[in-house]
Amino acid sequence: MARLGYDDVAVAVPVTVPYQRFSNEGAHWFIGQAVRGLIERSGLAKDRIDGLCLSSFSLVPDTAVGVTQHLGLSPRWLDHVPTGGASGVMCLRRAARAVQSGDADVVACVAADTNHVDSFRQTLGAFSDFARDATYPYGSGGPNSVFAMITAHYMRKFGARREDFGRIAVAQRQNALRNPNALFKKPLTLDQYMTARPIADPLHLFDCVMPCAGAEAFLVMRRERARDLGLEHVLVRGAIERHNAFSDDPVMVCGGWRQDRDDLYAQAGVGPGDIDLLQSYDDYPVIVMMQFEDLGFCEKGEGPEFVRANTLTVDGSFPNNTGGGQLSAGQPGAAGGFMGLTETIRQLTGQAGDRAVAGARLGLVAGFGMVTYDRCLCTGAVILGSSQ
Amino acid sequence: MTMPLMRPRRKNPVLRTRQMNLPPWARGRVALGMTAAAAEGRFELQACDACGAVQYPPRSACHRCLSVRLVWREQGGEGELLTETTLHHSNDLFFRERLPWRLGFVRLDAGPTVMVHVHGDVGAAPQRVRVGARLDRAGQAVLIGFPMEGSANMADDPMLREMGCDPKFRKALVTDGKTPVGQALVRALVAAGADLVWVGHAEPWKRLGGLEDITALPQVSLVPLDLSDGRSIVEQAGSIGGKVDIVINNAEVHRTHGIASRRGTDVAHAEMDINYFGLLRLAQAFGPALRGRSADGTASATAWVNLLSIYALSNFPPQGTYSASKAAAHSLAQCLRAEMTPAGIRVVNVYPGPVDDEWNQNVPPPKLSPEALAGAIVKALKEGIEDVYPGDVAQEWLQRWRDNPKVLERELSMNRGA
Repeated sequence: MARLGYDDVAVAVPVTVPYQRFSNEGAHWFIGQAVRGLIERSGLAKDRIDGLCLSSFSLVPDTAVGVTQHLGLSPRWLDHVPTGGASGVMCLRRAARAVQSGDADVVACVAADTNHVDSFRQTLGAFSDFARDATYPYGSGGPNSVFAMITAHYMRKFGARREDFGRIAVAQRQNALRNPNALFKKPLTLDQYMTARPIADPLHLFDCVMPCAGAEAFLVMRRERARDLGLEHVLVRGAIERHNAFSDDPVMVCGGWRQDRDDLYAQAGVGPGDIDLLQSYDDYPVIVMMQFEDLGFCEKGEGPEFVRANTLTVDGSFPNNTGGGQLSAGQPGAAGGFMGLTETIRQLTGQAGDRAVAGARLGLVAGFGMVTYDRCLCTGAVILGSSQ
Repeated sequence: MTMPLMRPRRKNPVLRTRQMNLPPWARGRVALGMTAAAAEGRFELQACDACGAVQYPPRSACHRCLSVRLVWREQGGEGELLTETTLHHSNDLFFRERLPWRLGFVRLDAGPTVMVHVHGDVGAAPQRVRVGARLDRAGQAVLIGFPMEGSANMADDPMLREMGCDPKFRKALVTDGKTPVGQALVRALVAAGADLVWVGHAEPWKRLGGLEDITALPQVSLVPLDLSDGRSIVEQAGSIGGKVDIVINNAEVHRTHGIASRRGTDVAHAEMDINYFGLLRLAQAFGPALRGRSADGTASATAWVNLLSIYALSNFPPQGTYSASKAAAHSLAQCLRAEMTPAGIRVVNVYPGPVDDEWNQNVPPPKLSPEALAGAIVKALKEGIEDVYPGDVAQEWLQRWRDNPKVLERELSMNRGA
């Protein structure tokens, strides 16, 4: 059976609750600020939001259910999506189906996490059964150790060099300097990248994201509703997700995007060459490089050459992570999985300020989440199109 | 190639003794199956009894056929180190204090990819390795990538030394030097590179055969120690307790009576007084100092060994009261382990079958030689094994007990036990 398209689904009102390195507030505070932002910016009455799709790690032991009472919401459709870095794409997919079926009119998609001084360390050992049993007792490096090994393996297999990853990090920092919400405010040179202190060979400091507190949110509704409300919006052209793909690969060399990308481009009726900007999921630069390959911008193993041949800044030949990504804006937990979506909505609706990619009409947002053992299991991607 | 460990310099008594921060000890119930095997020195992974798939990390169902008939199966461990990293940063204090730390992913020939600590003798990935399971300082199983061929000093690898209780350069106390087992232990410890061996002697005025031989060794000193006498133990703990790295409690009273073969309780009292209360007194006196020194450099306090008996698992009626005292000691040793493990001290419990000594004169062979028993204990220390069932009889009893303890009890009561 052919899949139902998403063409009549609009995404609007990108809200970012400013990131903070550490916060004494809880996740509920950030969720509340995000929902408030959605209401203020959309002009909708609170009770007009009749769907809520939430993603958060630090909300525990609470869930989206508790949030409805906490914030005085009474949605008729509710979901809680625990896929971390892939939650943006996945919340959008679920919300889109809810509004298409009429189960909800306006769905608030919200991702928020706080970051106390000791939050990150406490999250690591209890992140999953497999992390507790089979990775955290081995050096307790967290995701750094897993992705260090994935990076080392990729470098050996495909001839990538540290400089190639450095180009990704340096370009994202240049983009971040045009993003007032980015926590990193200073330029980064390739030399600084190369000489940074080692974290887990071959990863060095600027290969790693910095955990922070923050929230990201957007509204999903039918296209007609967005038009009626007079909201600037983008359209969902296609969307995919996949879990635990390529599990026979003993070390991750490609992500689940590869398995479903033909479907993604077919839904949108476009090809990789038509994409104007990419928000790749940048937990580590090697994963950005894999997305260039697995989303079809180049062949497997050509990532290093692709990076050498392109400039990845907003004014470059291949704009990637136009707001700086998590590497340069900060990693606000589950909200890191929403960052690419809010940024792309801004880019395609003329709200990106001086970091706007000129003439951009199609943006691809990829998500990647949940390193339960030796890799992230969840991949997703969505193509958003300008409504103009 | 691993560089040989250098003899640690004398400790500066003014400096603070570093305290132990254990590596992460949390494990799920399913994962503890790997710890149970590693505690006896085996590397086992979950295998599916229905489809044969070997899987890791441990799960509640077969990832291939979803069967719940999962068994723990011993692994050869050969595989390929596919990729590796050296950590320069860790979120955990144990590793933070021991950086840099080397890790790898190994694709086992048996199927799964496992994360391992990598031994220093293993060359750069890709590389053939042999994976084994060891207990870490928290007492939980971890996997280690070993080189296919070991080098002379591979036991001195800093990571591996953390996983075991190697006597090399350590100071040990053997609580009873007058028995053949005690003397064999002293010789085995000296041969393993122990720095000092204090040997307990309950009745120093008595001259006993064999003591001259071991006291002639430069590493060995005789100390007065009587496990039935709390004051003797406290005095000795005050004198050497802050220096002992390995306590081996081999003192025991062994008589060969059941209930009906002897009137009164004096012998049973004597057995309990040494075999059970002796351990309790010793643990109260020597335990605290041992716990406080578990991170005291490369020759830190590390282990406590209890010489128990396979009769602790199921009563051997011809030696019924002795069996009962060893069962009591076994239970107390479990308590001791629960109290010592959080401090990073390994409690090694040893369950031999009949030892070839005077008190087993009437027991038919096979019997365990004192030298074989001592060798098994030193091997357990080196490899960090915590439950030792040395010899064929102990192994056979263990299998029968695991198979069906009730059947074993009935067999023993029918006098077909030994």
